[in-house]
Amino acid sequence: MIGGLFIYNHKGEVLISRVYRDDIGRNAVDAFRVNVIHARQQVRSPVTNIARTSFFHVKRSNIWLAAVTKQNVNAAMVFEFLYKMCDVMAAYFGKISEENIKNNFVLIYELLDEILDFGYPQNSETGALKTFITQQGIKSQHHTKEEQSQITSQVTGQIGWRREGIKYRRNELFLDVLESVNLLMSPQGQVLSAHVSGRVVMKSYLSGMPECKFGMNDKIVIDKQGKGGTTDDSGKSGKQSIAIDDCTFHQCVRLSKFDSERSISFIPPDGDYELMRYRTTKDIILPFRVIPLVREVGRTKLEVKVVIKSNFKPSLLAQKIEVRIPTPLNTSGVQVICMKGKAKYKASENAIVWKIKRMAGMKESQISAEIELLPTNDKKKWARPPISMNFEVPFAPSGLKVRYLKVFEPKLNYSDHDVIKWVRYIGRSGIYETRC
Amino acid sequence: MTDSKYFTTTKKGEIFELKAELNSDKKEKKKEAVKKVIASMTVGKDVSALFPDVVNCMQTDNLELKKLVYLYLMNYAKSQPDMAIMAVNTFVKDCEDPNPLIRALAVRTMGCIRVDKITEYLCEPLRKCLKDEDPYVRKTAAVCVAKLHDINAQLVEDQGFLDTLKDLISDSNPMVVANAVAALSEIAESHPNSNLLDLNPQTINKLLTALNECTEWGQIFILDCLANYMPRDDRESQSICERVTPRLSHANSAVVLSAVKVLMKFMEMLPKDLDYYGTLLKKLAPPLVTLLSAEPELQYVALRNINLIVQKRPEILKHEMKVFFVKYNDPIYVKLEKLDIMIRLASQANIAQVLAELKEYATEVDVDFVRKAVRAIGRCAIKVEQSAERCVSTLLDLIQTKVNYVVQEAIVVIKDIFRKYPNKYESVIATLCENLDSLDEPEARAAMIWIVGEYAERIDNADELLESFLEGFHDESTQVQLQLLTAIVKLFLKKPTETQELVQQVLSLATQDSDNPDLRDRGYIYWRLLSTDPVAAKEVVLAEKPLISEETDLIEPTLLEELICHIGTLASVYHKPPSAFVEGSRGVQHKRIPARAGSGESAESSDVGQSGPSEAPPAVIPSQGDLLGDLLNLDLAPPTATVPSVQPSMQMGAMDLLGGGLDSLMGDDSDTLGGDIGGSPSMGAGLGAAPAAMPASLGAAPAVGGGLGDLFDLGGGVGMPTGSYVAPKTVWLLAMKGKGLEISGTFARRGGIIQMDLTLTNKAMSVMTDFAIQFNRNSFGLAPAGPLQVLTPLSPNQTIDVSLPLSTSGPVMKMEPLNNLQVAVKNNIDVFYFSCQYPLSLLFVEDGKMDRQVFLATWKDIPNENEAHFQIKDIHLNSDVASNKLQGSNIFTIAKRTVEGQDMLYQSVKLTNGIWVLAEMRIQTGNPNYTLSIRCRAPEVCQFVYLCYELVLKN
Repeated sequence: MIGGLFIYNHKGEVLISRVYRDDIGRNAVDAFRVNVIHARQQVRSPVTNIARTSFFHVKRSNIWLAAVTKQNVNAAMVFEFLYKMCDVMAAYFGKISEENIKNNFVLIYELLDEILDFGYPQNSETGALKTFITQQGIKSQHHTKEEQSQITSQVTGQIGWRREGIKYRRNELFLDVLESVNLLMSPQGQVLSAHVSGRVVMKSYLSGMPECKFGMNDKIVIDKQGKGGTTDDSGKSGKQSIAIDDCTFHQCVRLSKFDSERSISFIPPDGDYELMRYRTTKDIILPFRVIPLVREVGRTKLEVKVVIKSNFKPSLLAQKIEVRIPTPLNTSGVQVICMKGKAKYKASENAIVWKIKRMAGMKESQISAEIELLPTNDKKKWARPPISMNFEVPFAPSGLKVRYLKVFEPKLNYSDHDVIKWVRYIGRSGIYETRC
Repeated sequence: MTDSKYFTTTKKGEIFELKAELNSDKKEKKKEAVKKVIASMTVGKDVSALFPDVVNCMQTDNLELKKLVYLYLMNYAKSQPDMAIMAVNTFVKDCEDPNPLIRALAVRTMGCIRVDKITEYLCEPLRKCLKDEDPYVRKTAAVCVAKLHDINAQLVEDQGFLDTLKDLISDSNPMVVANAVAALSEIAESHPNSNLLDLNPQTINKLLTALNECTEWGQIFILDCLANYMPRDDRESQSICERVTPRLSHANSAVVLSAVKVLMKFMEMLPKDLDYYGTLLKKLAPPLVTLLSAEPELQYVALRNINLIVQKRPEILKHEMKVFFVKYNDPIYVKLEKLDIMIRLASQANIAQVLAELKEYATEVDVDFVRKAVRAIGRCAIKVEQSAERCVSTLLDLIQTKVNYVVQEAIVVIKDIFRKYPNKYESVIATLCENLDSLDEPEARAAMIWIVGEYAERIDNADELLESFLEGFHDESTQVQLQLLTAIVKLFLKKPTETQELVQQVLSLATQDSDNPDLRDRGYIYWRLLSTDPVAAKEVVLAEKPLISEETDLIEPTLLEELICHIGTLASVYHKPPSAFVEGSRGVQHKRIPARAGSGESAESSDVGQSGPSEAPPAVIPSQGDLLGDLLNLDLAPPTATVPSVQPSMQMGAMDLLGGGLDSLMGDDSDTLGGDIGGSPSMGAGLGAAPAAMPASLGAAPAVGGGLGDLFDLGGGVGMPTGSYVAPKTVWLLAMKGKGLEISGTFARRGGIIQMDLTLTNKAMSVMTDFAIQFNRNSFGLAPAGPLQVLTPLSPNQTIDVSLPLSTSGPVMKMEPLNNLQVAVKNNIDVFYFSCQYPLSLLFVEDGKMDRQVFLATWKDIPNENEAHFQIKDIHLNSDVASNKLQGSNIFTIAKRTVEGQDMLYQSVKLTNGIWVLAEMRIQTGNPNYTLSIRCRAPEVCQFVYLCYELVLKN
């Protein structure tokens, strides 16, 4: 299991060091600094073996988190744990920075003592942790006996993510369908790969221990229902359903029920959390199409023309559109003309950045640029990185639709109808690239 | 108020200040002080001096303060065991606290304090806590048993904690179950044969129930434990699989991978015609693909595992090629792994797409990645025959870019393509030859030379090309030298008339001017072959080479099976069994995939024809380092640089070199032997035969070219296995004394040059550089003839072999014992001294054969009192073999007399400093004890000469 956990700043100074196992010595702290943080070349692997000791690391801004072990541990678990550790810290004190870590080091030690025991990860749900690890340590003294056993049963219990006795005057929930659409397109406009990775994020302010059921236009579910109903129905709904390649759920969802009936039922955590992630590859609506044209005029000049076309309902508006056109390293000057928005050559980023605030569906816009190059004797050709795009659209590019989210709380006197529900769809660009 | 200020105290005398603050009456001040102490501890300052003061703060109602003190205790208790006792009372009291959080905290912390006296006191509280009414305390106590076991295993057994822990598997709380499983699994690992984790269908059922209810981490513990279970039959296997599959939808990647591990292992037991088997296969692909949208570090772990899964069951992901396409912003480690998997998945159906991608990658920035992409194109050509033509033209396009490393990499893979499809793409040779000058890497040079040699008859100026390489022969790496030697011999056999001079030149360079035994041996073999029987030479050297197979970098099947059982763990990331990187008893157990059982049998036998990949493991090409491959000119590196392991049969062959092969082949005549070497694809046998054949054929063809015969007489000691004896390396400098540097070594005399062979191992945690060596004055003036050639820094855990040539022209001082050598080795860390003893045979020179007349005169000349007598016991050699052996170490037999069944050998030895040693060795047939009489003007050396005799004869 995990033998120790260290946090370093960008210089390699230790901010936090917690050793769980006897086989990890103080020299391990230095070994990682010398061999990884101070290593001259780029990181070639997130797992490093130094003198029979394995180091797993992740970086958050300029902070290094490293887990150390001498055993054959579950590597996936170690990384999941490190990410979780970051989440927990962020939930307690915000951004993970040197300053914040130093300011909260006592708290971090306390957390590390709780969520890792002898190197074994324990309950790391922030909701549960916050009930007994508080920044005012004294407070925990004043729990009554009932409160104490409530805490321990929540930390160890089946529903570790929610405590009993939550009350709201207004029962309300917010559902966000957040998708990022990824594309890799050849210069000729052929889709090399495209997929949507989506998340359903929920904010729930519900009283008691509500039982929820979530439904969406999952092809498998709709087809199953279609079989039972009339043929008319299935033909209609079949069009609107989407094929989900794979999905994963928050630990509150009953997986065995999903596996057998494909229904998503759960008791939600209180507040913010991510209900599910999913991935689709079929029938994706690509909101934008990028058409590049790069022409080399002699050895010292490039002509670039890029057309973008929006491909969705004219009534909808895309926002925060940004097209990034890479330029060679030996660029000396750039002249840009664009019909819409603003475009600038950013020498430090080796790119022309073209920004458009808003753009409606079924429109087209164009940029053309002349790039002057310094003559070089560098034999190596310019690698021509792909043109990338960023945007945000108010629909789900996968076609996913929320059909229902039902709430039942038999013990309290509110029904599904009393809950105020909000649903929102946001599609964003993931890695949206067109080779040129 | 913030805590960062605690980090800033660095002034002198702070320990005293802290001491005062810790003893302050004000609670707040105390707490502040403890925080400062912890901050200093974190940055590595030694604050152990404050131990009693900090422990005094332990008795407090303030939970935060208590936790800080505990943290301090865990760090320093070991260094102050006596004072740690002060804390025991508080711990024991806390274990009785009404607040379960405090009870758990106490037992958790106590388990982390590795002091025997505390451990004794731990037993009673732990027993109570294991049966505590609160699940939080129980789950903490469960882990504590594992901690205690790590400190004192016997105690845990004696106190019966293991049984209590087993009972916890049936606990009502899922987290207690999960922690008990984790603790038991860990304890079981260090007792491989104990039946500790007594998994039976009932416990499995309990685990599967807990699986649905516990935290994500608990699910991982349980799944990892389940993976060790062997279901009794396929039905049980299926029912477990059914209950594990829902985990594939978990948001935690580690849960998914552990579930994949269980399924991959258990599905092995299912009959393949079962519907469920197919369903399961289909269910595995989507979650594996989903792992690729995780954070990059997890992607890396997933990709390393997918690499194994694809080798074991290619069918799972065969339609998912696109998801492995490299993204521009992927970290380099993800890119390289994706590339590897792309090649594994390449097939006729998707090759066009793959090639287009690979060509794109070949223009990227990262050199390693580009090289790998170029190599991948070559591997596609070898794997998918239909694409070979396209691949070759793509490679030619890349060569036209003139980017140095791209060109070199392309040439290396084109050589492999030639090996796979002979006589098909030779038209491109002209283009390759244009780039001859830009090649500066040994592998590319060797590949190019191979191509020129192999197709010498079609390249008009082949001789000129090869000659141009010959100019700097001694500066080339061994790989290139060997290749050049072979290529020129090939050229000679193809165009004998105009290349005679060239071949003579290369043979003499290889045999006379080189210190490299491999090169010399190969040179001699060719020389001998060419002079004895050019026709046979042609058959051997120009023999048709076996085609290379398509999959060359597959993990060896048994290792693959073991790694599949370790999916998700470090072993699967490193692609090494745990024993390779874990110390001690842990991980030594080898895990195995269960065999298809009972009812599955009939299904399988009907299934053999389908040739599932697991049934027909592809042959692995021998690795580059293989000796036989070398001799037979099959030393072409397989398309990838790393071949993880050599098949066992090959190793057997290599060992045969010195064993049975000798006897069985002594009688064979050289002709059949030659055929055997050249034609046989069964390399094991050929390997054993090659060197052993030399003495036999030596006798068979005596009269061919006098000069050559001489050469062999002279070189006998070099070419034959009876060469001078080199003792195995012994450790001269222990890592403990060398601050992590371990040196072992031995001495050897090779072709008249004295060498000190050293193995340097870095067992420290930091890089070592700037190595240098010096000797103290010694009896024979040994001194390093050059600097210690350790060019690259020695990184941690790395080992390097260096040969240091020695001269005998250093300052002389008589040592005690005579052959003692004191050595100083310096590196960036320190200077280290050690002494070692060398065998005197190191100093026996090659021209130590005395004239008979001189021998007689000298023998008489040396006074009788200078004669020493020795017995060499238990030698079962006849006089000829013995004299042959001794000659290998430059002990020359001048004459032999046989008197009454007793062989008398008269021998002479000359030392580097000109001292002559004369010896008479009596061998009585049937008596294993030899009598040795040694005369020398410097009688003190006799003892050491005798030791050399013994050493040489006994090895």
